[in-house]
Amino acid sequence: MSFLPDIGLIAVLLASGVRLATPIGFAALGGVLAERSGVYNVGLEGMMLWGAFGAAAGTYLTGSPVAGLVAGVLLGAVAGLLLALLCVSLAVNQLVAGIAINLLCAGLTAFLARALFGLAGGGTAVSGFASLPVPYLSGLPLIGPALFNQDPLAYMLPVLVAAVTICLYRTQAGLRLRAAGEGPRAVDSAGVNVTAVRYVSLALSGAFAAAGGCHLVLCQVYIFSEGMSAGKGFIALAAIILGRWHPVGAVVAALFFGLCDALQLQLQFSNPLVPYQIFLILPFAASLVALVWFNKGTRQPAATGTVFDREAR
Amino acid sequence: MTRLRDALVGLRVVMAVAVALGLGSILILVTGADPVKAYAALVHESLFDYWGLSNTIVKTSPILLASLAVMVPLRAGVYNIGGEGQIYMGGLFGTLAALHLPALPSMIAIPSALLCAMLGGALWAGIAGLLKAWRGINEVIVTLLMNYIAIHVVSFAVSGPMIASGAPYPYSDEIPEQYRLPLLMPQTDAHIGIIFGLVAAGVIAFIFARTATGLSLDIVGKSPRAARYAGLNVKTHIVASMASGGMLAGLAGGIEVLGLKYRLFHLFSPGYGFDGVVAAFIANANPAFAPLSALFLGALKSGASVMQRAAGVEGTVVDAIVGLVVILVAASLAWKGDLLGGLIEGFRLKPTPADQVNPTEQQS
Repeated sequence: MSFLPDIGLIAVLLASGVRLATPIGFAALGGVLAERSGVYNVGLEGMMLWGAFGAAAGTYLTGSPVAGLVAGVLLGAVAGLLLALLCVSLAVNQLVAGIAINLLCAGLTAFLARALFGLAGGGTAVSGFASLPVPYLSGLPLIGPALFNQDPLAYMLPVLVAAVTICLYRTQAGLRLRAAGEGPRAVDSAGVNVTAVRYVSLALSGAFAAAGGCHLVLCQVYIFSEGMSAGKGFIALAAIILGRWHPVGAVVAALFFGLCDALQLQLQFSNPLVPYQIFLILPFAASLVALVWFNKGTRQPAATGTVFDREAR
Repeated sequence: MTRLRDALVGLRVVMAVAVALGLGSILILVTGADPVKAYAALVHESLFDYWGLSNTIVKTSPILLASLAVMVPLRAGVYNIGGEGQIYMGGLFGTLAALHLPALPSMIAIPSALLCAMLGGALWAGIAGLLKAWRGINEVIVTLLMNYIAIHVVSFAVSGPMIASGAPYPYSDEIPEQYRLPLLMPQTDAHIGIIFGLVAAGVIAFIFARTATGLSLDIVGKSPRAARYAGLNVKTHIVASMASGGMLAGLAGGIEVLGLKYRLFHLFSPGYGFDGVVAAFIANANPAFAPLSALFLGALKSGASVMQRAAGVEGTVVDAIVGLVVILVAASLAWKGDLLGGLIEGFRLKPTPADQVNPTEQQS
């Protein structure tokens, strides 16, 4: 019977996959909003870090993880507005602006964390959210622990995905947002303020990415450490493309990367003789292979990456 | 008129840097230290002190090469954010060469090891170039992901196949004497790596300004359609410019091992690839300005620890200041877009894949 996969092991794998996917999912959802409205958000990585710092600082100062979450998300929205100021109002190249945000967030969080938590750079643990098992459902074999024994933020993600999907495809605001990314000139002619649409999308984008960072601190490690987003924001960028700029697709892609990450951790523990670096590469390599494999036929919103200038013709 | 415009661009960047340093002094004040004292210590120790200057030069060399690694592909409209990974690959290939090539005289040994380092960087960047040119895959995301892969590959190499016997930490054997770069300043760490960077900057500035290669890169970058009309192969230009960028970053990794560390170890580059991206943008992607912007960042980096000792300011404040510098320089470069329209046009993102028709482009 040993050749059959162990159900218990797979259940554990799925559960940790969902947990590891949640921050990437939040960031990817934020990225979809930004790119749908016409702006690349390469700053997702920095915004996650910024959110993680906000969560740790807010919880540390007030003792309440809820306050930490609010602080983190608000800081993320501010970072999103800064990106909007640079990309939308000042017409800075969107990649440059995103990279600038990443560098600023990495530097500021390291500096502020040392100022706040002491020289060790965030050696102070904070309280966080515990898992909330759903009665009965969490006992389901295989998928029970993965879907019904998670933390509050992980439950929030599918709710947000549904809300964003409905808003994007069923409301006028969503139509405007998508149109701003496809044909800003036409939207402008229809009397919609493209600049305002993009500012709001980027603020939300930053808030979502920061929520992913909050998850890292408040639901996974309960401590802030420098550079703790560790490339998850960049993997989220890949998830957006794989999910074809659709909220559900992006989060499903994030789930795939979370599972890869969980798998590599499991493989690391079960194969101590194989160098662990080979497994660490797995999520990044999977992102690359998936990008190459599924790239055919994808098309980003037509105006993403361009500056909209009313006066230009 | 162009000259006046260039001067304005230069001044604008200097002003942005000054504002960023001003904002940084607020950060220093917040920690309860004296910003004037801190900056004075930083400037004096990183530029006007023999040992400090040598330390600055050591840090400037890889940043300069890494910034050129961004500029060359950018000329063809391709973003290379993978300098860090290419530095790691260059370090790996360079170390492998230095450890396994026979005991040649230095005059042959050093160039061969550095060529191997350049090959490593070029191959790593070339992959991203190929994926961009033939599959239309966003090179920013590919190079960012490949940074992490390269770091783990080097970590694997030095903790497994290349680990020195009896090493307490994962690092490789020391490279032999004849493979080490000569020193530039006696008794310090400053090696001749900076000369490679300066020569490369000069050569690239010349290629950009005066040669047909520079012109074709420019056309490919500004308008792929015009390039195709002119009979240029856009795809090969993208791959070649990316690989050349990787070559420069690989060289940076090679000189870091052959000139300073003398062995390969995990995380041997403290983010020089990303500093290179910053330096490239501060210099407005102009190779002639690259030595200056690299020196500025190198001095900040080498002054970071001095600030901590002399004025009690956390070294991490420098990272925060660098972030502010980038934001403000980016904003300043875009300021008054109509005056600088031509320059900023060169910075705008090209639609991917290269032959995808962009509706907004047709209108303008």
